[in-house]
Amino acid sequence: MRLCAVSSARAFVAAIIVILCSPTALAGAVNDEALMAPRPARLLSSYRLFADAGKQQPSEAVVPYDLQVPLFTDYAQKYRFVYVPAGAAATYDDTEAFDFPVGSVLVKTFAYPADLRAPSEAVRLIETRLLIHTDKGWNAWTYIWNEEQTDAVLKVAGKVVPVNFTDKAGTLQSINYIVPNKNQCKGCHSFNRVVTPIGPKARNLNKDFDYGAGPRNQLDKWHDLGLLSGLPASRDWPSVPHVEDTSASLDRRARAYLDVNCAHCHRLEGPGSTSGLFLTYSEKNPTAWGYKKRPVAAGRGSGGLTYDIEPGDADASILHYRMVSTDPGVMMPEVGRTLVDAEGLELIRNWVEQME
Amino acid sequence: MRVFGKMILSLIVASGLSLAASAQTVVDVSSDGDFQENLQEALILAEPGSIIQLPEGKFNLMTALSLDVADITVRGAGMNSTILSFAGQVAGSEGLLVTSDGVWLEGFAVEDTPGDGIKAKGVDRISFKDIRVEWTGGPNAENGAYGLYPVESTNVLIDGAVVKGASDAGIYVGQSQHIIVRNSVAEYYVAGIVVENSYFADVFDNLATHNTGGILVFDLPNLPQMGGHSVRVFNNKSINNDTANFAPEGNIVATVPKGTGLLIMANNNVEVFGNEFAENASANVLLAAYPREYNDDSYNPLPRGIYVHGNTYGRAGWDPDKDVKALIAPLTGLPVPDIVWDGAVDGFWSAFLGPDEEDRIVINEPEGTTFANLQFVKNLILPWGVDPARDIEDHAGERSPLAPVLLAQESEQ
Repeated sequence: MRLCAVSSARAFVAAIIVILCSPTALAGAVNDEALMAPRPARLLSSYRLFADAGKQQPSEAVVPYDLQVPLFTDYAQKYRFVYVPAGAAATYDDTEAFDFPVGSVLVKTFAYPADLRAPSEAVRLIETRLLIHTDKGWNAWTYIWNEEQTDAVLKVAGKVVPVNFTDKAGTLQSINYIVPNKNQCKGCHSFNRVVTPIGPKARNLNKDFDYGAGPRNQLDKWHDLGLLSGLPASRDWPSVPHVEDTSASLDRRARAYLDVNCAHCHRLEGPGSTSGLFLTYSEKNPTAWGYKKRPVAAGRGSGGLTYDIEPGDADASILHYRMVSTDPGVMMPEVGRTLVDAEGLELIRNWVEQME
Repeated sequence: MRVFGKMILSLIVASGLSLAASAQTVVDVSSDGDFQENLQEALILAEPGSIIQLPEGKFNLMTALSLDVADITVRGAGMNSTILSFAGQVAGSEGLLVTSDGVWLEGFAVEDTPGDGIKAKGVDRISFKDIRVEWTGGPNAENGAYGLYPVESTNVLIDGAVVKGASDAGIYVGQSQHIIVRNSVAEYYVAGIVVENSYFADVFDNLATHNTGGILVFDLPNLPQMGGHSVRVFNNKSINNDTANFAPEGNIVATVPKGTGLLIMANNNVEVFGNEFAENASANVLLAAYPREYNDDSYNPLPRGIYVHGNTYGRAGWDPDKDVKALIAPLTGLPVPDIVWDGAVDGFWSAFLGPDEEDRIVINEPEGTTFANLQFVKNLILPWGVDPARDIEDHAGERSPLAPVLLAQESEQ
């Protein structure tokens, strides 16, 4: 903008500057300086991540993405974006989240349509979370949308936001949506006590996404855009089934669900390590993923039951008991929901029931 | 010379003062407006090294608090003057979660959390000084699980705590190393003070009373840190533990018999001395193997190298509960002896010749202390079974005392 102010000297300079200052040109320029500043911006708009924030239209270098299996967050609709600064790329990893270069941002907006059966109509944006990779590591910030839906304001201490929506069964739901505080971000985004992204893993990104010109595989697209380096041949890409894809085995679908919804904590490197319950997709030890595993420090979270998974009996399994609860002292995950994930619960229930 | 000396002295004083001033930024948390937001913001935005001062009064919190900034002191006006009440909590599985190093909590109370009271996970140097955690409705299975719950931490200090009524354990130190629990009171719990899967712990000068079991030292399988060892339990009073076990089934503490003074389960090198055990209706001291099936080759379920000496014993074992009633009392009769060892040992030869010297149970107690070794393994091997061995002299001897635990945060002061 300072360029604009001093533009008057020569005609050709002025012409260039007119182009630079035009809205379309500006919309493409993410504010790297704001992203790398030691203190977060007060307004989400300062980062210029969106061309039209209210409509969740990203700026030019900001790429939308989707996950094969999403984390359940009280049925919130999510819009995800990735930004990697020009000239840099994330490094591919077979099992963990990709290694993103300093300057990268992962953006996730949580929103509710008035009616879940019409997901693109009357959408209310609630919060946008940023994971910013600075030279001192990842920083997690969340911005709460104003009522006009024009911009979002930084909130470090979290907030309880009343939300109403009609669920898929046509029932009106009124919930206290909980915007996490900055520390609660680390409750999940923690790998050996260091703040880390969770979602962008190869197996979870390995799916098609419509970028406007028909569906493309996201890994391919990221590679083509230069966002991702080290991508192996497509036959070596790991994959997980969609939870509703009944052509995949119940076991794979259930483990994929637990991987995304639980394993960020429930793994040796995560905040839930003390339990000894490890729910990563690749965990091979049956006791570790819950098969006839006894609770350790579950307290009343055990519900008086003996095993995390009692094969063939979901009602006698602690895993099921904690998914069906909404009591803060019992329920799992500990944060991120106030409702029961009915579809996820049914999947886990069927899985345990058929287990021998 | 004199002048020179004074100059040095004044320099030292001056630099000391400036150091103190820079390290003691005090953030006063206001009770005006939204206290939850004021406090949580202070906990997030505090600069390392500062003191967060809580006001006097009782405050209602709706969601869990968390602290992730290093070297912070959170100080209240006293455990009966600054009260954080979580009776209306809607989210979060503990009242306060600490995940940063060098945290000192002092002089406040946490009440009625649906989950744990205060949890510290993966912290180096966590101190709880004069903290109260209480469920005000009394013992109930619906109460949160643990009062003070440091886990996977090192340099853990719990001093002068008062904890009442969690559904599982009052003070529960899990999978940690270098631990001191002292001058604390734990009452109306299933387990008063628990040291689980931990190394180098000193538990002393505490009062554990009106619990199901007063003090528990145990080790569980299938966990990241196993092989609990080097624990000293001394100069405590574990008396009148008379609360019925109200833990949910499935939890290991649900097996604790009502009226247990001290239970040592699995673990290696535990020294028990100078304690007073009395009025425990099941038994004063139980030494036992992990009683359940497990699937973990690296786990040792036996108590080894236990050294019990110089304790005093009052009445016990007149009305046993759970396994003590079902399995022990039929063998020993009533009252159940002061010290009972299940006699589970590692293999055939140990069953007949006793365990290796380093693993031996050594007991050196005053005249008149009663004892039984249930000879669990021998009982399994011999088809006709065996009676308990009651001769305490079989366990006579001495072991070299375990070294006291020293904590980084105490040597810094």
